[in-house]
Amino acid sequence: MVQKIYSNAVAALDGHLIDGMTIVAGGFGLCGIPETLIAAIRAAGTRDLTVVSNNAGVDDFGLGLLLRTRQIRKMISSYVGENREFERQYLAGELEIEFSPQGTLAERMRAGGAGIAGFYTRTGVGTSLAEGREVRVFDSETYLLERGIVADLAIVKAWRADPHGNLVFRKAARNFNPLAATCGRVTIVEVEEFVGSGEIDPDHIHTPGVFVQRLILAENNEKRIEQRTIRAEAA
Amino acid sequence: MEVLPTGWTRNEMAKLAAIELQDGFYVNLGIGIPTLVANHIGPEIDVTLQSENGMLGLGPYPMADQVDADIINAGKQTITELPRTSYCSSADSFGMIRGGHIQLSILGAMEVAENGDIANWMMPGKMVKGPGGAMDLVAGVRRIIVLMDHVSKDGIAKFRRSCSLPLTGQNVVDMVITNLAIFERPDRQSPFVLRRLAPGIDAALVADLTEAHFER
Repeated sequence: MVQKIYSNAVAALDGHLIDGMTIVAGGFGLCGIPETLIAAIRAAGTRDLTVVSNNAGVDDFGLGLLLRTRQIRKMISSYVGENREFERQYLAGELEIEFSPQGTLAERMRAGGAGIAGFYTRTGVGTSLAEGREVRVFDSETYLLERGIVADLAIVKAWRADPHGNLVFRKAARNFNPLAATCGRVTIVEVEEFVGSGEIDPDHIHTPGVFVQRLILAENNEKRIEQRTIRAEAA
Repeated sequence: MEVLPTGWTRNEMAKLAAIELQDGFYVNLGIGIPTLVANHIGPEIDVTLQSENGMLGLGPYPMADQVDADIINAGKQTITELPRTSYCSSADSFGMIRGGHIQLSILGAMEVAENGDIANWMMPGKMVKGPGGAMDLVAGVRRIIVLMDHVSKDGIAKFRRSCSLPLTGQNVVDMVITNLAIFERPDRQSPFVLRRLAPGIDAALVADLTEAHFER
């Protein structure tokens, strides 16, 4: 059996980090982000990255760590509002941003991973994001052409994996992770726990192992909360 | 300086929007005032709230000892599950939205135009932070209700002939609830009609503070 489990992030990323590459990352806000792999990419110092991720982290956590070290040249995201360093670099012209509506971004990952070059959506029609783009009318509705995304590397956070790379995500930490897992030429996944072969019910697997090349045990599981909201008593 | 009547409070606006929720509806509530709508859903109405990050069936905020970093809504707030809750990927979640499976979305806006255009993703004079899921929601959800102040902080009408800010979507708004009045249209080919006035507000004042054409 091919050994997919690597001893740590450095070993798993070995040979897959090249300046100027495109990396797709799972996560929504700080939920379900591949903390361990982001830290390892920061330590490796890979530069001029194009990063495809719904958000850009916060100043001192998530992808914000790679912005601080100026390793990212371009972001493809739907919303980048929680990051002051991002704003500074963007306004200084040091960082490029391509906005993609959230659902369109998710579908672009899904399409890229499924071998679909592009698709038509009503999202964004008549907005500035549609400028210069192909539109087509189907059944008297106007649709916008969007391209699938394939990245050099996908970094993903999952809850559980078996040695075959079959993945289970946990709750809302699933978000973009199963989509990112499909659209990397190489997909590296960090997991909160490993289980043995056959220990995940085949009916309960979210991402089949065919999409996953390398696995590590996540060393960083801080899971920082952006908006801790609580109520005083039972509703 | 003339003091304008304030009309409905934000909470009252949310309560008015909650009347539009029907039994069995799947609903997406935007960030801000729309979130308050959840507090006004009566016990006789069974509504399932959707959050576009990939959660269907949102529960209330957690008690301090229930907080789970993996259970958040689209505003990145910690929330809880319900017995009906399901999770899905963001592609499936937006499949629900774009595919017309969500009956209603209630959103905030900077501007709405008389033809149903909405602008709510670029703040004037601020860095553009991106549309998030707003463009997908207005393009895909079957009915869109906007909750917003009637005029901006500078006293400029927010319900306008045409939007001055970059659009989020074209001809997508079905109902506008402001602190002064409610406007609605039966379909997306028809003009908006003034449906209701806040207490102490008369139609002449609303006409004065509205740039959009509307029927009475």
